[in-house]
Order: sequence, then structure tokens, then C-alpha cells
Amino acid sequence: MADLNIDDLLLKLLEEFDDIETENFTAETSFKDLEEWSSMQALVVIALVDEHYGVALTGEDLLNCDTVNDLYNLIEKKSS
Amino acid sequence: MSFILKEHISINGIAACVPSYSESNLDYEWISEKERKKLIKTTGIAHRRIASTDTTASDMSFHAASKLLSDLDAKASEIDVLINVTQTPDYLIPGTALLLQDRLKMKKDSIAFDINLGCSGYVYGLYVLSSLIDGKSNKKGLLLAGDKSSHPVNYKDKSTYPLFGDAGSATLIEYNENAEPMFFKLNSDGSGHEAIIVRSGGLKSPASADTTTIKFISERIERASNELELNGMDVFSFATTKVPVQIKALIDQFEIEKDSIDYFIFHQANKLMNELIRKKLKLSPEKVPYSLEKFGNTSSASIPLTIVTNKANLKPKDKVLISGFGVGLSWASSVVNFNNTKISELVEI
Repeated sequence: MADLNIDDLLLKLLEEFDDIETENFTAETSFKDLEEWSSMQALVVIALVDEHYGVALTGEDLLNCDTVNDLYNLIEKKSS
Repeated sequence: MSFILKEHISINGIAACVPSYSESNLDYEWISEKERKKLIKTTGIAHRRIASTDTTASDMSFHAASKLLSDLDAKASEIDVLINVTQTPDYLIPGTALLLQDRLKMKKDSIAFDINLGCSGYVYGLYVLSSLIDGKSNKKGLLLAGDKSSHPVNYKDKSTYPLFGDAGSATLIEYNENAEPMFFKLNSDGSGHEAIIVRSGGLKSPASADTTTIKFISERIERASNELELNGMDVFSFATTKVPVQIKALIDQFEIEKDSIDYFIFHQANKLMNELIRKKLKLSPEKVPYSLEKFGNTSSASIPLTIVTNKANLKPKDKVLISGFGVGLSWASSVVNFNNTKISELVEI
């Protein structure tokens, strides 16, 4: 499993979002407000988190996240 | 219970049949071109075979069976048990297995019935059928598994329409003292029955004008209650957590070396889900063949269809793990050995 840090998480998420520029993607980005956000993209994020950090998020978990930072905190909480 | 060892059964042959008409998800105009590309990249489903209005799942399974019997030089009159796995029957009553028993010209001194399961149905069917083939009363059994999953889905439902393709299949098994054992692990969780459901048309909610009325559900999702509804999030969570656990439990229970298994053939749900399962089990991509790019999710036929469309790589004595998971919720895995198993060329109708 990859060590969890916010830069690594940002990089991994960036690979899965086609439309956003690196400089515009930060810990404060509300990824669910991005135009390409969809129920399918939610599954992509859940798969990414499971594969790299060994944490199985639910759809409900994601509903409670707005920013990348929220996601980071959630993964940290669930992996401890 | 639920860990099972089955002895003295050999798989003589496997065949599959699809409609010749292919639909491309690049042409799915209900969503934008960009969304279509994203959909194909994420689900891995580029094309789907779609049966004509007057073709049923039983037609596809019948043609697969005819091809298989011909390739094996076997006669339908030798078959003692026919099991037909489908959730898209010809009629509500009677069961489709009876129509197939007659159409295949099987003897009347035989057993024929349906099993109502979808994605897990092939493995369940193989288990039930092999349990009935005892070498005494019953020596040969035919497992048919097929669905016309393009029905009932609504074109205006992006959460179902671009995923499903139609296919049928046939597998012939036989009592054989020298066959290597088959291993099974089967699970069920009916508390998840709403994750994949057609709500109306049965007795709980009989067909009416209201059940055929198309309603707006959410952005780009419109359907009637007599059409298929799929909660992708619930199914994804279920499959990616339960399936790897089941497979590990199965091979641990029977002390099967993971490396001794030549291929892992999964129900073809979608690439995102299947790849996560593959990675969680630490399997190399070469050991996990797919058929979903060209055929989509073909429900109960997905495992035999994947075997048939990858026949060039499979060898006559391979040890294969098969695993089906989905509607029910229901999930089932098995380790089987090919025993000079004949894999037929894909039939197209």
C-alpha cells in the first residue's frame, strides 16, 4: 500500500480527472464541483483509494467529502 | 456448508452464442461524446451484441447447445439433466428449460428446470448440475446459461443501457471416475436485493399503465419501473469487497496454490470493478482474460463467453478459477480443471 500523503493523493486523483490543470488542483479543490464529476467518477475515486491505500470507501463516505483535503482526512481516519 | 468439493465430474465442452448485430458505445447519443469516451475508458465496454426483437435468450442458448453437441459428436438423447440459467425467460410460465428440452429433442425421461440467477448463475448452475450427475441415475448434464440483458433496459438510462449485451451458452458435463475434483464456494445476501432489480411486472407490483410510464430519476437517467434499475455504487462496494474474500477463502480451504491456477475468469461486470478485484488478489493481467470490450456485461453467459472468446489461450488441461457475482446479491466461485475440454468456436446468429 502507498503511504498516504496529500501530494501523492492529489497526483493520483489528477491522473483520473481529464479536464483539470495541475496548478488548479489543490487540497482545497472541491472535486465534486468539477464539471466531469459523475456517479461513475465517484466509483473511479473509490477504486483508486481502495487500490492504493487499502481503504474501502462507501458512496455515503464520498457524499460527506467536498475537498481533496476532506478525502485525505477520511482515508486517514478509516485506515487507522 | 457452502464450501463444496465435487468429485467425478468432467467438463466435456463449452460453447457460446451471440447475436451478429453489434452496437458501439461511441454511438450512444443519449450522453455527450466526451462522456461516451469516458464511459468506454472506465467500464472497458466499447461494443455490445444486441439481439433482434424476435430473438430470445433461449434462442442463443439453443444455438450454443446445438454447436456444442455437434462438436462433441454427442446426442441430445444422451442428456439426463438440463438446467437453464436465465433471468430473461421466454414466458413467465412455463420455465424456459422445458421449451429447450423439447426443442433440443431430449428424451422425456430427463430432468429440466430453470435457475433464476444472473451474474453468479453460471457457477451456481454448474454446482447444482454436478450435484445431480451421480453416475447412476444421471450420467450427462447440460448447463445452459443465457440472458437477453438488452431487455428490459431503457435507452435513456445511462446507468444501465451502455453496459449490457446479449449472449447464450452451453456446457456439457459428464460423470467420470477419473476427473479431478471441482471446488466451490457459494454465498447469498438477499438483503441487497434492491441493488439490481426490475421492480414491476411480477406479483409484488403487477404490470399496469403506471409500470410502463417512463419517469425522470436523475440527470440522464429515465426509466419505467418495469425496467432494470442498477445501483452501481452498492454493486461496486459489494463485489470489490466480497469477491476477493470469497476467492481467498476457497483456495485456502482446499489448499490450492494460487500460482497453480492458469486462468481466473470473472463475470464481466465492468473494467473498473474487475480490475480492482484482480489487483486485490494480486493476479497478473495475463491470467485474467476479458470479453467485455466487445460484448459488454452478458449476465449469466459472461463466464462461458469469456472462455470461448479466449479459447486460443486456453489449454486442454488448464486449471481455471471461475467467479460470478451480482444480482441477488449472490456470488459464487469455483476451481475447475479442463479435461480435454472442447471449446467451440463462437456462434453468431
